[in-house]
Amino acid sequence: MGSDVNLIFKIAGVGILVAAAHWILKSAGKEDYAFITTVGGVAVVLVWVIYQLGSLFEQVKSVFKLF
Amino acid sequence: MVGLGLVAAVLAVVLRHNRPEMAMFLSIAVGIIIFAALIGKIGSVLDVLRELSSRANLSMIYLGTILKIVGIAYIADFGAQICRDAGEGAVASKIEFAAKILVLVLAVPIVLAVLNSLIRVVP
Repeated sequence: MGSDVNLIFKIAGVGILVAAAHWILKSAGKEDYAFITTVGGVAVVLVWVIYQLGSLFEQVKSVFKLF
Repeated sequence: MVGLGLVAAVLAVVLRHNRPEMAMFLSIAVGIIIFAALIGKIGSVLDVLRELSSRANLSMIYLGTILKIVGIAYIADFGAQICRDAGEGAVASKIEFAAKILVLVLAVPIVLAVLNSLIRVVP
């Protein structure tokens, strides 16, 4: 239970960091770096979420004997 | 559990302003975590059901099919709600449509069994 809450805070943290970085880089004039950091942040969070989703589907498959 | 949901809701609102995709990831993560916390209890309930049905010598096929239907319904609802959350109502309805078809496919053998037993009883 504890480790899951960390995941939520990690995702929120990455999101806020990426948003702040995007805004700073945009105001500093380096538009393309901003987009790179955004895509990087989204990719990192995507990997975490897909890993969790995979484990969820495995659990459901095992509990409900789906396959 | 409720605390977790509230925290996630607040963070999602904060994120939705400038990073909507992160908010979607956040909602997916919360759904997964809450389900993972409950999987143990669901498993134990299912074991009790299975044990009861084996004691009442019901055939396991029906229970297995019911379990499958419940599993499919849960997964489809999980996916459909997330798609609707992300604003994709059409995709959500497609997912639910597919789930209905799958449940129908699973229910057909049970209906046949019921009909057969009926025909035998009422010639």
